[in-house]
Amino acid sequence: MEFLSQAMIYLAAAVICVPVAKRLGMGSVLGYLLAGIVIGPFVLGFIGKEGQDIMHFAEFGVVMMLFLIGLELEPAQFWRLRRSILGLGSLQLGLTTFILFPAFLITGFAWQAALAVSLALAMSSTAIALQTVKEKGLSQTAAGQASFSVLLFQDIAVIPVLAILPLLAINASAAHGHTTFIDQFPGWVQTLALFLAVGIIYFAGRYLIVPLLRLIARTQLRELFTASSLFLVVAIATLMQLVGLSPALGAFLAGVVLANSEYRHELESDLQPFKGLLLGLFFIGVGASINFELIRTSPGTVFLLVAGIMLVKSFVLFLSGRIFRLKTDQNLLYTFALSQVGEFAFVLFSFTGQLGILSAEWTGTLMAATAITMTVTPFLLLLNEKVIDPRFGVKEKPDEREADIIEDRHKVIIAGFGHFGSTIGRFLRANGVEATILDNDSDRVELLRRMGFKVYYGDATRRDLLESAGAGEAKILVAAIDDPESNRNLASTVKKHFPHLRTLVRARSRMDAYDLIELGVNDIYRESLHTSIALGVDVLAGLGYRRYTALRQGQKFLHYDEKALAGMAAMRHDTKQYIIQARESFRLQEELLSRDLHQDLAGNDHSWDSETIRESLSGPIVE
Amino acid sequence: MKVLIVFTHPRFEKSLNQRLLVKQIPVSGEITFHDLYEHYPGFDIAMEAEQRLLTEHDVIIWQHPFYWYSAPALMKQWIDIVLDFGWAYGPGGTALTGKYALNVITAGGPRQAYSKEGYNRFAIRELISPFDQTAALCRMTYLPPFVLHGTHRLSAEEGKSAASDYRFLLETLRSGDFPAEDMVKHVYMNDWIALQKY
Repeated sequence: MEFLSQAMIYLAAAVICVPVAKRLGMGSVLGYLLAGIVIGPFVLGFIGKEGQDIMHFAEFGVVMMLFLIGLELEPAQFWRLRRSILGLGSLQLGLTTFILFPAFLITGFAWQAALAVSLALAMSSTAIALQTVKEKGLSQTAAGQASFSVLLFQDIAVIPVLAILPLLAINASAAHGHTTFIDQFPGWVQTLALFLAVGIIYFAGRYLIVPLLRLIARTQLRELFTASSLFLVVAIATLMQLVGLSPALGAFLAGVVLANSEYRHELESDLQPFKGLLLGLFFIGVGASINFELIRTSPGTVFLLVAGIMLVKSFVLFLSGRIFRLKTDQNLLYTFALSQVGEFAFVLFSFTGQLGILSAEWTGTLMAATAITMTVTPFLLLLNEKVIDPRFGVKEKPDEREADIIEDRHKVIIAGFGHFGSTIGRFLRANGVEATILDNDSDRVELLRRMGFKVYYGDATRRDLLESAGAGEAKILVAAIDDPESNRNLASTVKKHFPHLRTLVRARSRMDAYDLIELGVNDIYRESLHTSIALGVDVLAGLGYRRYTALRQGQKFLHYDEKALAGMAAMRHDTKQYIIQARESFRLQEELLSRDLHQDLAGNDHSWDSETIRESLSGPIVE
Repeated sequence: MKVLIVFTHPRFEKSLNQRLLVKQIPVSGEITFHDLYEHYPGFDIAMEAEQRLLTEHDVIIWQHPFYWYSAPALMKQWIDIVLDFGWAYGPGGTALTGKYALNVITAGGPRQAYSKEGYNRFAIRELISPFDQTAALCRMTYLPPFVLHGTHRLSAEEGKSAASDYRFLLETLRSGDFPAEDMVKHVYMNDWIALQKY
């Protein structure tokens, strides 16, 4: 029962605080942090000192977040960001460390400790910065991209930093905190293991995970796929921890490797809720772990530390933004978003503590300061948004970066890539329009992938999958699934959740078309209509009709039939309840045929017909 | 000489007079009858195939009913697509240089209706000047048009004589033995033919 009541407290705190925070325009991160403070040991005391433990567990949310970020980042896009990742990232990390290092030396730290602490403090919080940026819809802005680049560089930098730390250990015996299994081996084995692990992720991602997911997808059991998604991330994290690497970085790598696979969107939508909950838990943990006792006893030290760190970080960030030509409003956003100390610092501090580089007292104080900087960030961003930016910021024109947005997300989504959808896809591709393609048949997806189509596995009628496929930003959705009912479900899902998205729907029959009309779909394409008329036109031509005349008759018939469809859809409604499907279909056919009889479909085309003119001029011609 | 008849009539099956003229076209390896509405009902003209056809011929005839003082829409489409810049005109556009071009037209109204005093206010030559100039831009010699007037009230006799004139014209062009510089002095090709025959 202990577990249930704990879970209830956390969930209740989140459910109450987050909506309130969002209502007040503060964003969910701050909501979670406040929830953590409120239920923490220093306010209500619902949860005790286990805040730290919760955080360790919930850090897994960060791992998942990086996996998801990796998934969203195709290698090509990754490559496009290389300049800002390397340039901006190294500038930020290097300069911050460079400034903090002498400051800590002066404070009386040993140089080893000063270096370790400076490096740890230079890191920013991926969880807070990216979550906030994403929530405000700023991921694609210059500031969003710059923040992402720096955070990514930091994640990568964690590898060498963790590798250097043992060398800084003041006495070798203390270095044996015995954290990971790999520690018992000499340095070169560790390095080898490290490369091996990265290699394993790469090759597994390429040659093992995708076939495995394919196998799972074929079972058509949704929860099994979710389980394997979770398993995947957990396994990567475990492997990384085994070799002493940041699990988040490993997950990120795995994400990038899988970004081009057909399971990208399915993985994304399966892991999204877990990530959200775990991150929430993480923020609650941060809030709960802030040691107010420490702040009360030495408020001066903590305050100085927090202010000093944030000032240095902000200064470096703003400078680097300047150098990389960010506009002022973007630069401010970027600066405030990254001004806190990140969750990696927790890991690094505990590591340095174990290595004996840092005293336990300082470790505690620095951890408290870190948590406070995290908590302050959302407030700073809020302040920037409401006060600073409106005064000093130069607004970046939203259309300036539109090209990038188009590049990131395709404007067209095609659901269903059977014979119908694939023709559409081919036609669009021939015209340089790349679409995001979703299909539910894992064998077909595999085949099409080999043919070079970017197809993703997943059930397109699911709202979350549509979301991760980019339905929020797309312009047009093509519902071309083989099964008419799925198309109908898809159309109504889109209508409900993505009303801006124009939906072009494939209908198998006239009956399907009626159903779609009732749903309010405007763009309905009966799959056999055009083909059968085209065939009919060729029959006429084969009988000796002029081709152009036959074609015009076909076009006219098409228009007439579309009109008849709309008219009869309305009529059908009255009798719908009484007549079973099969009979109704028959009745419609009959009605249609009798309508045809009353239309002069063959002979009412007088264009270019000189006989009528002649008749009116001189009476009928008798030859 | 090889003669290409580029023919457009969206409702050929309903046109007595055009059928009358088309019937006169001699079956010959040197005369190609090219029915555009039959080939391209969807207006999707194949530029390269059409250009090849043009290169293979020496005389190009635009045969069409006179709709709204011009040709049917597909003829314009054909001109727009086939007479490409750099091929038919412009720098390097010499594919048609030295060839002959003319219109063969069936018009509902009588000849006198196409004059300053008539209800159509302009002469046929004025109205078809775009074709004239098109030929000139492509460095072709534009020959006077062969026009069949008053098609709404044409008698059987008149029809017969026009048909035989058209046949005579096609035979003459095919032979290659015709005085182009003499022809261009006339307003209608019909006038030149009349002088030869009678």
